[in-house]
Order: sequence, then C-alpha cells, then structure tokens
Amino acid sequence: MKYDIAIIGAGVSGASIARKLSQYNLKTILIEKEADVSFGTSKANSGIVHAGFHTSWKYLKSRLEIQGNLMFDGLQRELGFPFRRCGIIVAAFSEEELKHVQELYRQGVENGVIGIEICSRERILDIEPKLNPDVIGGLHAPNGGIIEPYRFVFSLVESALKNGVELFLNFKVEKAVRSRGTWMISSDDGQIVEADYVINAAGLYADSISAIFNAELFKIIPRKGEEYLLDRMSPAYPNKVIFPVPSGKSKGTLIIPTVEGTMMVGPTAEEVEDKEDTSTSTEQLNRIFDFSRRIIPSISERDIITSFAGLRPALESGDFYIDVSQKAENFIQVAGIQSPGLTAAPAIGDYVKDLLKKLDCSLIEKKNWDPFIDKVPRMRNLSHYESEKIVKENPQYGNIICRCEKVSEAEIVEAVKRGHSTLDGVKFFTRTGMGRCQGGFCTYKTIKIIMRETGLSYNQVTKRGRNSKVLMRKLGGDS
Amino acid sequence: MKEYIFDCVVIGGGAAGMAAALEVEKSGFDTAIVEREEHLGGILLQCIHNGFGLHEFKEELTGPEYAERFAERVQASSVKVFLESTVMELSESGEAAGMHELHCYSSVYGVFLLKARSVILSMGCRERNRGNIGIPGSRPSGIMTAGLAQRLVNIDGYIPGEQIVIIGSGDIGLIMARRMTWAGCKVHAVIEIQPYPSGITRNIVQCLEDFDIPLYLSHVVSEIRGKDRIESIRVTPLKNGIQDEENSFEIKCDTLLLSVGLVPENELSRKAGIELSPQINGPLVDSFLMTNKKGIFACGNVLHVHDLVDYVSRESRSAGSNVVKYLNSTLTGVQNKVKAGANVRYVVPQKFNFQGDNQFYMRSMIVKNGAKVEVRAGNIIIKTVNHNHVQPSEMISISIKKEELEKISGIPDQQLEISII
Ligand SMILES: Cc1cc2nc3c(=O)[nH]c(=O)nc-3n(C[C@H](O)[C@H](O)[C@H](O)COP(=O)(O)OP(=O)(O)OC[C@H]3O[C@@H](n4cnc5c(N)ncnc54)[C@H](O)[C@@H]3O)c2cc1C
Ligand SMILES: Cc1cc2nc3c(=O)[nH]c(=O)nc-3n(C[C@H](O)[C@H](O)[C@H](O)COP(=O)(O)OP(=O)(O)OC[C@H]3O[C@@H](n4cnc5c(N)ncnc54)[C@H](O)[C@@H]3O)c2cc1C
Repeated sequence: MKYDIAIIGAGVSGASIARKLSQYNLKTILIEKEADVSFGTSKANSGIVHAGFHTSWKYLKSRLEIQGNLMFDGLQRELGFPFRRCGIIVAAFSEEELKHVQELYRQGVENGVIGIEICSRERILDIEPKLNPDVIGGLHAPNGGIIEPYRFVFSLVESALKNGVELFLNFKVEKAVRSRGTWMISSDDGQIVEADYVINAAGLYADSISAIFNAELFKIIPRKGEEYLLDRMSPAYPNKVIFPVPSGKSKGTLIIPTVEGTMMVGPTAEEVEDKEDTSTSTEQLNRIFDFSRRIIPSISERDIITSFAGLRPALESGDFYIDVSQKAENFIQVAGIQSPGLTAAPAIGDYVKDLLKKLDCSLIEKKNWDPFIDKVPRMRNLSHYESEKIVKENPQYGNIICRCEKVSEAEIVEAVKRGHSTLDGVKFFTRTGMGRCQGGFCTYKTIKIIMRETGLSYNQVTKRGRNSKVLMRKLGGDS
Repeated sequence: MKEYIFDCVVIGGGAAGMAAALEVEKSGFDTAIVEREEHLGGILLQCIHNGFGLHEFKEELTGPEYAERFAERVQASSVKVFLESTVMELSESGEAAGMHELHCYSSVYGVFLLKARSVILSMGCRERNRGNIGIPGSRPSGIMTAGLAQRLVNIDGYIPGEQIVIIGSGDIGLIMARRMTWAGCKVHAVIEIQPYPSGITRNIVQCLEDFDIPLYLSHVVSEIRGKDRIESIRVTPLKNGIQDEENSFEIKCDTLLLSVGLVPENELSRKAGIELSPQINGPLVDSFLMTNKKGIFACGNVLHVHDLVDYVSRESRSAGSNVVKYLNSTLTGVQNKVKAGANVRYVVPQKFNFQGDNQFYMRSMIVKNGAKVEVRAGNIIIKTVNHNHVQPSEMISISIKKEELEKISGIPDQQLEISII
C-alpha cells in the first residue's frame, strides 16, 4: 500500500497530527505497535491541560502548551471528550514559597496566561476549601483544565479515520529503507507500508525509530511517574488541580480532580532505564501520600482504588524536539514529548503540518472535511427520563454492566464497534471496570460481550493485546 | 415512566433478599424483589461446593441447591420478581411522607419506578481488589479476585490460568484453591498477612491440607512481576510486622487470585443518606434491623459479611418480620445502645430493646481456645456463653431472651457491652 504520509505512533502526538492532516487531500496512515491507540504514555498521565506558567516561552514546549491550551474548547465541541476548565492553583505554605509564586505569576503574565492571579490566604481557601488551613496564599490560573487523556486520543483518531486516515494496529516498525524516493517501512512480522513522508511520533521509542530511519542520534530517557487513583467517595475531592510550589530538587506531587469524578495524587518523577518499567512501589506510595496530606489533610490511602505509572519520553535538553530531520529525507521528528505533551498536542498537530510545507508537501484542504464525530450517550450522564427514552430505543442501554461507573451493555457494544476490542480498550472507552471494584463484577460480562460482538474465541480476548490473555482453557477439555 | 406501588421492595434477590421477601409476603403484603442478574440466588449460584444449609435444612447442600429451595418458594408465592433489573437510585418520595422511591433500569422492563412503604436492603457485598491493598509491581493480565475466578470457572466454564497463587486465606480463596486443583491447575501457595488464617478451620483442612497446598502465614506479596501476563511474585515474610527482605523468595505463576476480604455493597445506601458504620461499611441498624431512614431495613452481607448462609437466612427473616410489624404500625420500643467490648471487632445490630428477644452477631479480634462471650450492663452480667474456640473468621451469634434483660429493665439509658474473655 502506498501512502503520502506515515505517522509512527498513535499516542496523543500521532493522533493530533493524523487528525490535522485529515483536513488535507493526503493519503495518511497511522501506525501503532500496540493493540489499540493511546496504549503508551498517553494513557498513563495526569490528564491536566496545563495553564502555561510553569516554563518560559523560550522553550518550544511552553509555546505549544499555551497554544494547545486555547484549542481545547473547540476540540471538545467537535469531539465530545470529557474536558473541564476547572482551573489550577499553586499553594504556598511559607514566605519563601510565596516569593516563588510571584515568579511563576510574572512568568505566566509574560507567557500570556489568561486570567492568572495571585491569591491571598482568604481567596485561595475560598477557591479551594479542602486545602490545609496552614496555606498562606498562592496562584490561580483559571484557564487550566482536566481531560480523560485516552478518550481524547480515541476521539482524535476516530475523527481522523472518519476523514480518510487509515490505522494499522499491532504494526511494530522495525526496519525502513529509502528507495526510489519513498520510504519502505516494515514491521517485525513482515508487513510493509510505503510512504513519501514519515513522522516519528513514537514516544519512548522515538530514538530507536530515528535510528531505524538513519536520522539523528539522540537518547530518550524514560522518567517514571507513579500515580494513585482515589475513590469518588473520597472526602478530599478538590475543585482545582493543586500544585505545590516547585522546590529545587523535587517538583513535589499534585492533587488532581478527574473529569469523571474520581481523584488522583501523583506523579513522582524518577529516571529509569527500562522503557517498559511501569511498576509502582511502596516507597513512592508513602512519599506521595505523606506529601499530599500536607496540602489536603483528608487524603487517605484507604481511598485508593488503583495505581499506575507512566513514562515521560524526555530528552536531555528538557525541551520538545519537533523538526525536519537534517539527515533523513522527508522525515519529521516529534520527539522528547514529555509533559506538557498532552496539552501541547493540538498545537503539535498544527506545527507539524507547517513543517510538511517546508518539505514541499502539497497541502490542499478537503472540501468535505467533517470535524464532528458521533457522540456516544453515557448512562451516567443521563437523567432517569432521558434514560427511559434511550432504553426504549435500545434496550441494551437498560442492562447496567458496570455498577460502580454505571456503564450499560450498549456502551460496551459501541466501544467494540469503534474498534476497541481488548478489555483495557473497552475500559478506557466506557469506564467499565474503572471504579471502586476494578472489574470484580463486570469483567466476565465484558468478556462475553467482546466475544459476541467480535466473534473472537475466549482465548483470543486479551487485557491489552499480545500475550495478555485472560482465559486460558475451557473446563473439561478443548484447550 | 411506568410506576408500581408495593408495601415492601427488596433490593437484591440473594439468600437475604429471598428470605426477607417471603417473610413479608407471608403476612399478605404486596412485596417485590428487584434483582440485577437473570436468576435469583446471588453469590450462592457460584458456590457449587457443599456446606450450605446445615442449620436451615439439617442437610448439606450446595450453594445452587440452597438457592433453589428458596427460589421455588418465591416462585410459588405472590412476590413479584423483577429480574435483570438494577436499582439505580433509592430516595424519599417527594409526594407522600413515609414513601420511598426506587428508580430501576432494565433491558426487559425499561426504566421504571417503584414506590414502596418499606424497603429492605439486601445487595450483598463485593470483593476488595488489588488497589485496595496496594501491591507494588507491574500490572499484567492474570490478576483477579477469587470470586471472579469462581464465577468464571463454575458458571462460565473457563479456567483463567494454570499456575496459581492465592493471596489471602479468606474462605473464597481457600475454596478456590481446591476448585482450581480439581480443575487440573497447580496451586503453589496461599499467602496470608495475618499470623492466623482468615477462613474457617473446616476450609483450611478440606481445601489446603488435603491437597498439600502450602499456607504462608505472616507473609506478604511484596511485588508483582510480568509484562503482558503475570510471570512471578515476590513473597516476603513479616518479622514483628516488618518486611524481612532478606528472606524473600519468588514464586513463578501465571495467575494471582485475590481473596483479601469482602466489603458490604452500600453505594445505593450511601447516596440515599443512610448512615453507615465506618468499621464494617454496613448500615447502622437498630434492634429491628432498621437503618436511620424510617422504613428502610437491611440484612445479609450488605449489613455485615457473613460466613454462613444459614445465619443470613435467619437474620433476613427477622428483618422481614420487623417490616411486617412496621407496616402494621406495631414496631415500637425504646432502642438502647449495644457496644463492642474487649476483643470484639463489631456487634450487629448496634441497638437492643426490652420488648422481645434480641439476636446479636459479632466478630472476635482474637484467636482463643476456651473463650467466653460475656454480655453485661455496667456491673451486671446478663449472660455468658462458653466457646471452645473463637477466631476472627468465624462469626459468633448470641441470643438474649426478653426475660434475661429483666434485671436491668427498670434502669433508664442502659447500655449493653459484649466482650470476649
Ligand atoms: C506520569 C505522567 C504524567 C503526565 N501528566 C501530563 C499532564 O497532566 N498534562 C500534559 O500535558 N502532559 C502530561 N504528561 C505528558 C504526556 O503524557 C506525554 O507528553 C504524551 O502522552 C506523549 O504522547 P506521545 O504521543 O508523544 O507518546 P506516546 O503516547 O507514548 O505514543 C507513542 C506511541 O508510539 C508507539 N510506538 C513506539 N514504537 C513503535 C514502533 N516501533 N512501531 C509502532 N509504534 C510504535 C507506542 O506504542 C505509543 O503508542 C505526563 C506524562 C507522564 C508520564
Ligand atoms: C464466594 C462465597 C463463598 C461462600 N461460601 C459459603 C459456604 O461454603 N457455606 C455457607 O454457608 N456460606 C457461604 N458463604 C456465605 C453466604 O453464602 C453468603 O453470605 C450469602 O449467600 C449472602 O447472601 P446475600 O443475599 O446477603 O448476598 P448475595 O448473594 O450477594 O445477594 C445480593 C444480590 O443483590 C443483587 N443486587 C445488588 N445490588 C443490586 C441493585 N442495585 N439492584 C438489583 N440487584 C442488586 C445482586 O445481584 C445479588 O444477587 C459464601 C459467600 C461467598 C461470597
């Protein structure tokens, strides 16, 4: 198959680029090694749409963060992912910290952060009453927000596919040769894709992809962040995303309300060797909770429903590296996309589109580009009367599969129809199994629905692709 | 929206819900059960082992057989059963005082509203998961609660894995150790953090010892390893409550089952403003098993986790008969407090009365041979009962006759305290 553009990596960067390019008359393919999109760093992060005051505009990542932040309202209207501009605060507990807050404020003003303000003790406690009353003041950036990151990526990809982009899952790029003016890209299992231009958005593996294409040599350093998710019943649920004041050595950890009503504490930041090491540890758990409790005293380990870790794909420079390769032909690097990659992603899409212009790629807008995707009704957001109506139309909405998060059979069927056929894929799309019981009740029902809708047999259903099978054998024989 | 009116609506059609509903219906009241699954029976349906009904039927039945006996009675009665229907919200009626409203969702009946003069909560319990107990390490496939594995094996006929380790020596974990062995799997170990098993003795013998499955007491799983599917776990002994890293060892496995406790399922109750016990996560109830909301009663595992279904049935019948009195406006009586005394984790109900007999259920915090359960009011000993053996995993029940309380009936504000000595 011959394409104009191949994007390697279907995280939030690749997905944003794909959706942007779907506006043009280009044949684009999005390539991903995992069984679903957003299974890399883009699924395991804090889900914050950052406000733009943390780093100077001199960094590319900061400029794209500010630009990206502004694009979320429009994107939400078009794509319907969960997003709320809840605002971000930085809480200061000493005069020293308050001085630092003033610097952040100045930086924010310089960067053009809309609505940023310094708060007195009274004001900050008014905005965020859950704070430890020892707080003495802080910063408030009302433009910051929260999103469900995987739902954001899913919707970007769905929109791109709707407008003609193609998606290859389970395609692990392993080799590439440039011949007769195009790239021949092969997977580890011998599949081949041919494309004129290649965009490297491979996250943690952007360095190996760059090497495979004989482009620049650099090293991605995985920086691990552990996070703990707390029950929606937790008394500590805050109004705002709460940052501590960054101190020399450690950035400290954050307290984050999620759009879906649970809350998170984390992340830590620890450089690791292994790009697959997303394990969590007791030491970090204790650190996070000790630290967070100083900010919101009602935070408790008792409310933990699950934990996870993500790896930031960082470069030594600390900045994003998004540019046309000087070494490999028609090759664009989108590397070092650490935090605030999620926030910057929409702007990364635009930025890469402009880089393609530098490479003389012809960008002609499609006349019939459709920015909207169909929204899926979510039972948990409907009133009893709205529910009654929808159940009448489709009784599967009346079959509540996940009791903790109020997810119906119809929503799971919809997830499968949209291509999410692993347990984690269904979970990220619908939230089934994401609540307090973590799938204790609904997993077997979800497995059965996946089998029915896809025709997969029991031993082909996986948690997240490859060898992550859930059921091994049938009782009484045929294995 | 379709509406139905009942004297009593029972939420959940497990052992508790069926027994309670039958008791209310017997007195001629319009009664309904709402059950989310396709069948009545609740958790019993996946417990295909023997050991149910020794008290209730004087014979040993399997879970499904026990459930079937009750389900048949329900079917023969006038109790209206809404299967495949989930109660999504319980609230007080805006229209009539003392009426409750239940919004129910179903793929069979659509979205409908039940109005009821009384409600019985019998939603059972759920299992604690990995997050609740925070095991560090990776998050591969192959980790699930023992109850989910039990369901997969016994009802759906699927084996989740071959090389098994079980965390927690609760009854479900023990029963699954035997079940998986019977299914041809290798169960390598049961790991228990406490110095004593948390399941009943019968299960330790019949499910582990008979199959030479090692039980590691005072050990924890300190790490989970594996990428796609779990590959091994690290086990660390506890020395005076602290992890003894040096003596850690690894066990290879492809499946990890968690049997780390059950928690009453009180999502609905909490949203309805029902006060819960922070100790047991079940509703606080008076001696009639009524919650702080008038007309809402609770019984079975939603109230506190039981280890014997026979106790569930007995407790639920008593909830049912109190509902009858409530509906007849004859449920009266001063409620006095019952406290958990020495070595007692909790006592249910948390109140008693002088009008009739009182039945209490409790759990010990200690393991002891030759123990006494002592009920006293101040300095006055009301009753003592001898027990050959007590341990946290075996629920203790004690009944106090009306006459036994006569010694203290004149004194106002009397409190009872139950201790194990
Ligand atoms: C703990 C943590 C918290 C964070 N919090 C925030 C936050 O609150 N706000 C924010 O803005 N940012 C946050 N970030 C940063 C943000 O998550 C990342 O910047 C962003 O997700 C990176 O997206 P990506 O698409 O570049 O990379 P990824 O999501 O990793 O996508 C890369 C994709 O490429 C695929 N791939 C790799 N190699 C190959 C190959 N050979 N063949 C085919 N496919 C391949 C991978 O499977 C993967 O899906 C956080 C990061 C972490 C770790
Ligand atoms: C795995 C396991 C093994 C056991 N083994 C033994 C044994 O060997 N011997 C013994 O005597 N006892 C045993 N027990 C104890 C005993 O069987 C149980 O305690 C008893 O069956 C619990 O009955 P229940 O009705 O309280 O709860 P459940 O059986 O859990 O019933 C609750 C019902 O409520 C329904 N429900 C919940 N929420 C809603 C809602 N919102 N709307 C509609 N329906 C709802 C559920 O679907 C379920 O059917 C065991 C218990 C467990 C959990």
